[in-house]
Formats: sequence, structure tokens, C-alpha cells
Amino acid sequence: MDRQKIKELKRNATIIRKDIIEQVYCASSGHPGGSLSCADILSVLYFYEMRVDPKNPQWEDRDRFVLSKGHCSPALYGALAQKGFFPREDLHTFRKADSYLEGHPSMKSVPGVDMSTGSLGQGISAAVGMALAGKLDNKDYRVYSILGDGEIQEGQVWEALMCAAHYKLDNLTVFLDHNGLQIDGKITDVLSPEPVKDKFEAFGFKVIVIDGHDYEQIIQAIDEAKKTKGQPVMVVAETIKGKGVSFMEDKAGWHGSAPNKEQRDAAIAELDEFLAKLEVE
Amino acid sequence: MEIKKIATREAYGSALQEFGSDPNIVVLDADLSKSTKTDLFKNKYPERFINMGIAEGNMMATAAGIATCNKTVFASTFAMFASGRAFEQVRNSICYPALNVKIGATHAGITVGEDGASHQTVEDIALMRALPNMTVINPADAVETRAAVKAAIENKGPFYLRLGRLACPVIFDESNYKFELGKGIEIASGNDLTIISTGYMVHLSLEAGKILESEGIKARVINIHTIKPIDKDIIIKAAKETGAILTVEEHSIIGGLGSAVAEVVVENYPVAMKRIGINDKFGKSGKPDALLQMYGLTKEAIVAGAKELLGSKK
Repeated sequence: MDRQKIKELKRNATIIRKDIIEQVYCASSGHPGGSLSCADILSVLYFYEMRVDPKNPQWEDRDRFVLSKGHCSPALYGALAQKGFFPREDLHTFRKADSYLEGHPSMKSVPGVDMSTGSLGQGISAAVGMALAGKLDNKDYRVYSILGDGEIQEGQVWEALMCAAHYKLDNLTVFLDHNGLQIDGKITDVLSPEPVKDKFEAFGFKVIVIDGHDYEQIIQAIDEAKKTKGQPVMVVAETIKGKGVSFMEDKAGWHGSAPNKEQRDAAIAELDEFLAKLEVE
Repeated sequence: MEIKKIATREAYGSALQEFGSDPNIVVLDADLSKSTKTDLFKNKYPERFINMGIAEGNMMATAAGIATCNKTVFASTFAMFASGRAFEQVRNSICYPALNVKIGATHAGITVGEDGASHQTVEDIALMRALPNMTVINPADAVETRAAVKAAIENKGPFYLRLGRLACPVIFDESNYKFELGKGIEIASGNDLTIISTGYMVHLSLEAGKILESEGIKARVINIHTIKPIDKDIIIKAAKETGAILTVEEHSIIGGLGSAVAEVVVENYPVAMKRIGINDKFGKSGKPDALLQMYGLTKEAIVAGAKELLGSKK
């Protein structure tokens, strides 16, 4: 893998992370923890892998992305704005009454959002629907989705996975953002969905376990998924909730709370420092 | 003359088969294709039929995903599960993004019969008409069902088609029947009172009108196939010209046709009203006719309701 490209992707992800902090800070509400944990995956999808055109968000042959864990909209909006789907300065209006940037992704108002999500467990079904439509139409677009690891407590997720495997949707690649935490604490304390790898395999998926912050591993997993025939792929991405902002890392408390001014400044300073280090690497 | 009887679910399946040549139409079912009659489509266009298994919530959200790819998706199961179990998927994944999903909800109401209360939804109209972007249609017979399916294909956006299990008299003539989305149809004229009816109760309302006429009471009978958006004009006109409105539906009196009509009447031209329907009760097992008797959904009950209403007319 080209080192320069990986450096660029890290830069893209760090800007997504800064935008997550800014959005949640400006809105005084939102979900920073799980947004930060999936930023690296989104960076690879939008700045390396996916066939999308910001000038033509409804392009029929585009790759699709469904953020099933819809509360992590700040990460998706950050990626979409940086990609050019809408002005980055609009991110400051996130969650405000006169803004189109709804708290949870809305396909009707936000350019680049392929499916309205927010109610957990439903986005993955919609992604399955898009993959089915791709098969019906003999199109070669691919469908990507990110599930939360708390989200998989929803029974509908397993209905959707059963369906994807039954219909051999090898055009579908799902990421599990396995950061181990949900609002009320550790997923294994609240209601354990483990062992997730075994369960996904039992549901007919090919499972690839990776470090969800390692770019080579994310890219390799996507390449392997594209080569897999007759079976959908689940990439279990081991991640850290709050990744990139040290005081937010691995803390359930940052699932759904906004930083104050001081915390916002500290987070932005840390991310800026990371960016500066990247430049001299 | 023997009147032909066809269940609206049967007409639904036939219409899907008839109009199914459009390659953008996809039909989903949740293991009930023989009952919902989507098997008629499946037999003709197997490549565009997808069995989703007994997983109605997933079916609705998957239908939404397919619809984002510029398709017209019909998703069928029993009305109980379509509107009840999958309510939130219908709300958040179909209605909120206003996707082109048509819900073919069969086996609505108590005429399901022997399966009993767990399978007899009498609250689905209330649930579905509360959803923004949703069009709710409850056809009265096979001819109207065919037209409703055609309208659902021709008009983008979420539709809820409420269909019945029980064979139902065909009251309209295919050759001169005209379906207009959102428009009620006056099927009998009169100025003493108005009976507004929907779905399976329409033919019974017509018969009740004839009994009333034989007793010198001239009832206007209106068929409301589109419960949302409701035809305000025809209701206000009826209120003004007849001064009394009786609603009749195979649904709870809470939130259904009666409520929808009352909302229009109260805000525009208050007149005496009475609602005939299921009185805040669950259904039960039994032969459909026995249940209709038991729950007061008969032509005799409509006649009695009309007379009672006339007594309170100002």
C-alpha cells in the first residue's frame, strides 16, 4: 500500500474527527464516542474505495453507504462535507432547527445520504435491500454499511443478516464498529452479543477481524470482501470508542454527550497536533 | 341473479400479476404468499419476487432499501403484522423518507374469522393514517382493488392497501367504474342522512340503504376508498345537505374512518354523527358471519344506527 495514500487517508480521518468535535460542540448535543471510533473506516470508504460523485449524489451506479448506527451522523456528515457533497461550514448548523443536517441522517435533506437511519437495526435491512436491487438489475455497484456493536442487540439485525446470506449478497460488505461500549456501559455487561465472530459466521457471513484503526487492514479487508463470491462479508473492526481524543477514549460517558468549550479546545488541539505530526512523518 | 364474490386479497394478487410486467416492480412477502395472493405475481415473474421469510420488520426496511434504487416495491403480509409488528419500520424507513413502497396488507379486520384476535387487526387504519406521507386505501370490492393497485403503481410514495380475506360481493362494474385517488364516491342518493362506509362494509351499507328506502328513509351512501387523504368536499357536502352522518367500518371506532370523518365534520360543518365499528374491543375466533353479527356489523345494525341517528338530528 502506498504510504503517501495512507497518510492522506489519516489526514482525511483527522479532519473528520475535528468536524465531529465541532459539530457536537456547536449543537451542544450528539454522539462523539461512536463517531470517532468509525472515522478511519469512513475515511477509507469515502476517500479510497467508494465510487461516488458529489456532483451527482443520486447517480444510479454509485456505491451505496448506509450508516446503520445513525446516531454517528457527525462522522458521516464530516466525511460527506469533506468529499464535497455540501459546504463544510454548514456543519456548524448540525442539529439546529433551521438546518438540513438532522440529528440522525436524513436522505431527504442531506446530499450524499443514501438512507435515512437512526432507529437502530433498520439501516442494515435497507442496505440488504440495496444489495438485492443491485443483483436484480445486474449492476456492479457495491453496498457498505456500518453497524454498532450495541446495535446488534436489535433482533432485526439478525433477520437482515439471515436474508443477506440466504440471497448470497456478495455485493454487501458490513462493518461492525466493535468498540465494546454502549450508553449504559460495556456491551458485555449490558447484554452481551458475544461471541460476535461465531454468530456472524453461523448466520452465513464470511467474517474478517481487523484493527479498525489500521489502514492497511481496513483496505485489505475491503479487497478481500470484493473477491468473495456467493457470500456477504462482515468486517469485525476492533475499535476504540472516542478514538483520537485521549480523554474520550474508551469512556461510555462520551457516547452521547457534548464537550464544553474547554474540552472542545483540548480535543481540537490534540487533533491538530496529530495533523502536524502527520505532515512531518 | 347470483352476485359474484371475490376477496380483495385475490383481486390484489390478480392486479399484481396483471400490472406486473413493469420491470421496476418488485414484490416481497413474508412467507404468506399463498394467503396474500402475491403467489399470482410470483408464478408469472419469479425473478422479481423475493420471499423475506417470517421477518416483517426486516421486510419493510428492506423494501425501503430496494425502493431507494428507483423501484416500486410491494411488500405483503397480514395487516396485523404490516401495521402492527412492523409499525416502526414503516414509519422510520418508509414514510419518513417517503419511499416508493406499497404495503399490501391482507386479512384486515374481524372477517379473518377463525384465526381470532391475534390475527385480526382493528386498529391498522388508525396507525397508518397517523403517518405523514402515507396514503391509506381500503377498497370495497375486487374492481376497486384493481384500480387501487394501479393507482399505487402510478403514484409515487408510501401506500397502505387494506385488504380482506373474506370473499366479498363485487358491487362495481368494471366497464364504468372510475377510481380517483382521494375522492369518495356517492353510490346511492338521498337527503335524509348520509351513510359513509369503507371496505367490506360498503356492500352492507348499500343493502341497509335499500331497507331504509323501503321504510321511506332516503339515505345517501358514500364509499370512501381513500381514507387518507380523505375527501373533505364530499363529507362537508353531505353534512350540509343531509344533516346527519353515520360511519360504518370493519375497524375500531377509535382512529379509523369514523374518526377521520368526524375530524372533517367538526372542523367544517358540525352535524349529528354516529360511528358504527368495533367498540374498543379485540376480535375473536369464529365464522366471519357469526363475528359480524356478534360485533354489530350487519345491515340490520346499520339500519338501527341510522334510525337512532335520525332521532338526534336537529
